[in-house]
Amino acid sequence: MSGLKDKCAVTGIGETEYSRNSGRSVVSMEMEAALKAINDAGLTPNDIDGIIPYGNMEVVAEEFITNLGIEDLRYSAITPLGGASSVAAIQAAVTAIAAGVCNHVLLIVGRNGSSGTCIGARAGEMPQFRIIGEFEMPSGNIAPAQLYAHMARRHMELYGTKSEQLAEIAVSTRANAILNGNAIMTSPMTIEDHQNSRMISDPLRLFDCCLESDGATAIIVSSTERAKDLSQKPIYIMGVGEGHPDSPSAITQRPDMMTLGTAKAAPRAFNMAGIDRNDIDVAEIYDCFTYIVMCQLEDLGFCKKGEGGDFISNGRIALGGELPINTHGGLLSQAHMVGMNHVCELVKQLRGTGGKAQVANAEIGLVTGYGDMGDGAVAIMRN
Amino acid sequence: MTNPVEDKPMPPLNRETKPFWDSMKEHNMRLQRCADCGKIRHYPRPVCDSCLSMNSEWVRASGKGTVHSWTVSHHAFHPAFLADLPLTLVTVDLEEGVRICAQMRDVKPDGLSIDMPVKLGYEDATADVTLPVFYPA
Repeated sequence: MSGLKDKCAVTGIGETEYSRNSGRSVVSMEMEAALKAINDAGLTPNDIDGIIPYGNMEVVAEEFITNLGIEDLRYSAITPLGGASSVAAIQAAVTAIAAGVCNHVLLIVGRNGSSGTCIGARAGEMPQFRIIGEFEMPSGNIAPAQLYAHMARRHMELYGTKSEQLAEIAVSTRANAILNGNAIMTSPMTIEDHQNSRMISDPLRLFDCCLESDGATAIIVSSTERAKDLSQKPIYIMGVGEGHPDSPSAITQRPDMMTLGTAKAAPRAFNMAGIDRNDIDVAEIYDCFTYIVMCQLEDLGFCKKGEGGDFISNGRIALGGELPINTHGGLLSQAHMVGMNHVCELVKQLRGTGGKAQVANAEIGLVTGYGDMGDGAVAIMRN
Repeated sequence: MTNPVEDKPMPPLNRETKPFWDSMKEHNMRLQRCADCGKIRHYPRPVCDSCLSMNSEWVRASGKGTVHSWTVSHHAFHPAFLADLPLTLVTVDLEEGVRICAQMRDVKPDGLSIDMPVKLGYEDATADVTLPVFYPA
């Protein structure tokens, strides 16, 4: 496994403006983000020989060949892990590059998630959720906010976790979004604001839930050998892993509904990287819901199962804290780009271009993806 | 005007799961059991993950269970559920070792707790589909 360590680096990043109503096609936004990432790396479109588009198949690899005039694409794949897709795509890119199949892989997500197809309401249409569609949706258990609320409630009952603790995630993430400059939510938020936000599916309130947004985000993963000659300081990929939970498509039937696929992915990523949890300077944690952030921090090994509520309290995860997380504002307050914006932000932090939210002396960082009712993916990078 | 109850999402007909829905319609829930090693599994599927046998049979559920977790939804993610809000959904550990997610009846949200005993009930949603519900035991 450790054979993949430092074999690849992120060499380019690109983002469009994030909004609630882009007024543009998803293809157009993805081409803008792709070109920005290619330019950022100091490459030309023809250097791109691998593409991993987002797994919803809205914009496929062929669109990039056609629009950007790529003459010889050698590798294309999708990683169908919902919100874990973006980080799982890093693993796919690294394996393809390390095997010598290609040199520069474009990873991209784009969507009109706010103005187009509503993200939260269409889970039942996806094949991996067929059984929820048959057995749970007829009873009204329909959206992720509800499906995950069962996990959060059990965590609260067994471990005494409180809504005010989950609020700390929403509040610190909002504070980071305000510093970002390309975030949708820019009004300050207090714990009290969170507690006063309307209940969606108890115990999850409105401010525990992520945004639905429009935009596109792209990164380029390159072989380390090629990365050294490009425009940016390479951000090396030290460790990657993906994990699928038991009973992957039905939380209801999962032996332990408070343990995610992240718990399987994390040891693989940390072992490959050869580092420990306290070596992480900054972490971008997939935040579809506040509870899912806390649960991942446990599954990643930053604290024990059940101790997440205390771990996230008292400013530990805020800027200036022991483990700053979601320095861009995350899905909760920047935009829902299926976590590719988290990858982008980690690269900025490790380049030292994190702007007002820059974590001082950030050398090693971690990014997670989470989705499809429990899939987890982890990547560890260094500068 | 269409009947709002029939506008709710309904389970599609499925070869693997039809015996379950047939048993629900009879108000007599049956669960799928491996005919070789005896492990009960839910949701219904072709292969036993314990012994990999593809032989299965259907056995009657006792209807007894305990609360594993729950949520009270105050937002309708499908318009047909607007009239049902707030909607209490429970995940229940059935005595047979599998879980069922269903609506909870006759309990206030603060009256629920982990391991609380519940019993299975049946509600005819359409002429063809009967859904499980739970009541305090």
